Amino acid sequence: MALPIYASPLERIWHYAYLVICAGIFIFLVAPILVVLPLSFNAEPYFTFTQEMLTFNPDGYSMRWYDALLTDGMLAPDIPREGAWWSDMWNNSTWVKAAKNSIIIGFWATILATFLGTLAALGLTRPEMPYRRVITAILISPMIVPIIIIATGLFFFYSSPCGIIGLDCGRLTATYVGIIMAHATLGIPFVIITVTATLSGFDQSLIRASASLGANPRITFFKVILPLILPGVISGALFAFVTSFDEVVAVLFIAGPDQQTIPRQMWNGIREAISPAILAVATILVIISVLLLTTLELLRRRSERLRGVSPG
Amino acid sequence: MSDGAAIDLLKTSDGRPLKAALAEAQRRAKRRAFLLVAPLLLFVILTFILPIGQMLHRSVYHDGLAANAPVLKAWFEANPEGTAPDEAAYAALAADFKTMKAAKTAGIAGTRVNYTLPATRSLFTATARVADKLAPPYKEALIALDEKWASPEVWGALRAASSAYTIDFYLVSVDLERAADGTIQKVPENTRIYIYLFVKTFLLSGLITLTCLILAFPVAHLLAVLPMARANLLMICVLLPFWTSLLVRTTSWIVVLQSQGVVNDLLIALGIIGEDGRLAMMYNQTGTIIVMTHVLLPFMILPLYSVMKTIPPSYARAARSLGATSWTTFRRIYLPQTLPGIGAGALLVFILAVGYYITPALVGGADGQLISNFIDFHMDKSNWSLAAALSAMLLAGVLVLYWLYDRLIGIDNLKLG
Repeated sequence: MALPIYASPLERIWHYAYLVICAGIFIFLVAPILVVLPLSFNAEPYFTFTQEMLTFNPDGYSMRWYDALLTDGMLAPDIPREGAWWSDMWNNSTWVKAAKNSIIIGFWATILATFLGTLAALGLTRPEMPYRRVITAILISPMIVPIIIIATGLFFFYSSPCGIIGLDCGRLTATYVGIIMAHATLGIPFVIITVTATLSGFDQSLIRASASLGANPRITFFKVILPLILPGVISGALFAFVTSFDEVVAVLFIAGPDQQTIPRQMWNGIREAISPAILAVATILVIISVLLLTTLELLRRRSERLRGVSPG
Repeated sequence: MSDGAAIDLLKTSDGRPLKAALAEAQRRAKRRAFLLVAPLLLFVILTFILPIGQMLHRSVYHDGLAANAPVLKAWFEANPEGTAPDEAAYAALAADFKTMKAAKTAGIAGTRVNYTLPATRSLFTATARVADKLAPPYKEALIALDEKWASPEVWGALRAASSAYTIDFYLVSVDLERAADGTIQKVPENTRIYIYLFVKTFLLSGLITLTCLILAFPVAHLLAVLPMARANLLMICVLLPFWTSLLVRTTSWIVVLQSQGVVNDLLIALGIIGEDGRLAMMYNQTGTIIVMTHVLLPFMILPLYSVMKTIPPSYARAARSLGATSWTTFRRIYLPQTLPGIGAGALLVFILAVGYYITPALVGGADGQLISNFIDFHMDKSNWSLAAALSAMLLAGVLVLYWLYDRLIGIDNLKLG
């Protein structure tokens, strides 16, 4: 953005002030996230830069908080790091367990949300769809309704899921199935939004072309529709995964001690004794989100390229 | 021959009237589209609508007394309101207390009555403890035990609580109570909390929306006018927080803003504040506002950006060439065109802020708590019906805003990244 030649001195001053303001806002957005990266290597249990860190003295830095992530909860963290230590870490470390839970729950919630969401988006974008507006509003609402309301509702519902029809079929609280279903519900709006957006740029005549060339609906879907909407489906799936990976309130209400996830562990850490180990987790999660962001950007470019090729 | 007959004559190749065949085909297409959506709709009804509906039912339904004091309930049903409790009523009460003592449910029943008339739970538990020793005449025995059993207030509360359906929880959540004569009045000044809480939540959300708008506007404008390549690079600065875990961002802010944190240390190093003048920016309202602004800012920038990108720069140039100053150009030409983006962003941020839970719970301290945190508080204390009533009111507010969003902007236009 260049200044026009006729700009007055006052406008010039304002222009540069504006750029400074924008830079300040970008710093506000990014700096707090970046500040935890160096602090997670702090050799001292402090949340601020020590004198050693500021002078780049190697003694001021250490990996001790990353190490603490692995050893926390282990039965025998001090034995030599061989086979027994590793299996102890894999089975008993609190954070490793939490990471495993997060991945299992996130994976199945994503599969469920993406499958059901893509199917529904295909229906919702058909011109013949009845009650489209109301149904879309209902399907998007898990994103809008405050999470605390969803979590309390699920807490009661899961304590006796068949109670509403007068039966007793056990509980869904403290089960993986219960949390996966809850997280899938929370991820569905994102899948619907991204896939519907991709489908709105989809040329419906391609379906008729495929049919006229003799393909049945199944082949049309897998050979024509899916490859074209795949970027949207994948980015919807990523959104659903991140939603589940970042979700803590539903876990607080309906999970048992066996389903503790990474955000749940972080919640504990922040509420009780906050230690720099939290910063080590935060750093790892920031790196994961940078990777996800890159994937998404690549997908977006691919989607734009595909759309550029398709007619209409 | 009329037109109708002419249409009737049009037939498909298998001999059916064209009109019927078309209607049939359209119905089939409709059914197919709906069948694609049906599995998800069913899933969402099961895991979302049904649980919330069931929870809301709790806000008007509490059978604590109705289920545990059936004899008393029968007496209330047999005698109209205003009847003074006679020996039969006290006998019913005593009989129920004996069953409640055996089943250990006096606490539950007492809790229910407590909502209608505070400080009656202890009366219930105390009476239940000696229920076995009660002997006729029950009226004298109960009143001898505690004088409160003679009070018409208590009996009024018992009658109100003996019905499982009640609006008492809504009365509590708007700071109202039942007076002794059954009329509804405001609770004493010093115990009014919920109206203040709702007002505070809405004011704080409004303030956060406003700060988001002020911060988002210049950034979105810059992103919209920069060349594509550089805009994409800067866009990462907006999307990185958007994709970073909420708990990570909250942790980061705690590290930055706490009294031993980075900002305070920096200010001391620069000599702006002294060692004992460390600013309290965390665990209070300020903390809630700063962190929530940061968390919700991308939801404001993205819709603003997508609207600003479509505004042709030639309009502003035309205004300038016709003699408008740069301020007038901005105010009269540019700003009105960004209104759809402002509306979309502001509504979205406001909706998300009103129901926010995590950030206030972690960094809000005592005065930065919002309505969601109080719902959690009452869930924790097992005041489920009150939590449900507060939820219902919050939900109603959010749904009105959601409906407004759909009418003004359309859910179809919700965009992510």
